[in-house]
Amino acid sequence: MLEAVGLECVRGGRLLFSDIHFALAPGEIRQIHGPNGAGKTSLLRILCGLSLPEAGQVLWQGQPIAKTRASYQANLAYVGHALGLKLDLTARENLAFALSLHPSRLDADPNEALVRVGLANATHLLCRHLSAGQRRRVAIARLYLTAAKLWILDEPLSAIDAEGVAEIERLLRNHLDENGMVLLTSHQPIAVGGRAIEGVSLQ
Amino acid sequence: MMGNPSLFVALGAVLKRDLRLAIRHRAELANPVLFYVIVISLFPFGVGSDPVQLKAIAPGIIWVAALLATLLALEGLFRSDFEDGSLEQLLLGVQPVAVLVLGKVFVHWCTTGVPLLVITPVLALLLNMDTATQATLLLALLIGTPTLSLIGAIGMALTVGIKRSGVLLTLLVLPLYVSVLIFGAGVVLAAQAGLPTAGWFYALAAMFMLALVLAPVAASAALRVSLN
Repeated sequence: MLEAVGLECVRGGRLLFSDIHFALAPGEIRQIHGPNGAGKTSLLRILCGLSLPEAGQVLWQGQPIAKTRASYQANLAYVGHALGLKLDLTARENLAFALSLHPSRLDADPNEALVRVGLANATHLLCRHLSAGQRRRVAIARLYLTAAKLWILDEPLSAIDAEGVAEIERLLRNHLDENGMVLLTSHQPIAVGGRAIEGVSLQ
Repeated sequence: MMGNPSLFVALGAVLKRDLRLAIRHRAELANPVLFYVIVISLFPFGVGSDPVQLKAIAPGIIWVAALLATLLALEGLFRSDFEDGSLEQLLLGVQPVAVLVLGKVFVHWCTTGVPLLVITPVLALLLNMDTATQATLLLALLIGTPTLSLIGAIGMALTVGIKRSGVLLTLLVLPLYVSVLIFGAGVVLAAQAGLPTAGWFYALAAMFMLALVLAPVAASAALRVSLN
């Protein structure tokens, strides 16, 4: 279980948000709402442990994440605003590299993951030659491989077409069915098989 | 149902990936070497082609050029990983970041430091250095250039979050390079004068070991700060 306790974030001398509380239990999904510049990405980075909050803390299984970094990170998959792809590697090489850094499912297969995100014909292309939407699909393909329980996704649907959105929604639903947790931001509407998506609002 | 990648798998993957990327950017690989060659070949034009004088200043020239070439190449170490988010994924992995940083520095040295070593005999000849001294110079560079890469990694990790950080990086790193320069050039001068060189080499090796142990840890901590 992931808990945010009284998180506060200051960027460039400006208070972005304060007093953010929420908890995310297995099988739950939560969407972070807020206009551009409200600090959604900053909040996600704090929850990942990449940035430190001005005040408050993030707890994983009741422990601050700074203390349990190894076990927290073994359970965390983050698809950020920057996708973490090397443009001069192929889609498959990028996924193979991700597999060697993060704990993966036993049935993880990069080729299969690329087929699932609709890139069956692009596995041998350098990511440099892929479109913005295709690159995001490569980053999303990591989620088919990871064994992480908690997924933190920054705008997973941006630049993705309708068919791709449906596939991602299916992916999220399966993850939730397996008692996974999802935390995401999205400016597009997202539906996960009739589940209620609770919000966290940054004004 | 977890497959936890071992440290060796992760380290191997980092080495393979960085090497592959370096090969795909072959054109950029030549830059530090060309810089090194050009800087060194400028000196005979500036100070005159008196062989005795060139021989006397050769160790200093070669070391300063190697130091600047290393500095020039540092940008390639973390910059692109920072910009495309790969660094975030690296820090969020389950492996100790310091070990992966060490792997990155190693590949970086192989692709920027080793070419300098390879071209050095030609340049040493250009500066009228005799073969016995050349061997000393090469050994000194072999120990010294990885030390420079390791120390530079700390500076690069600290400044990677800053746009156009070239000057800052230089100010940060060059003072730390002084000790390597003193001992690196010193050992060659000692060899030229027919003095024993072992002590100088021990000092260079000690600096290398110190950097090998401390720099990856310091650089990974600096990366965390830069990403904050």
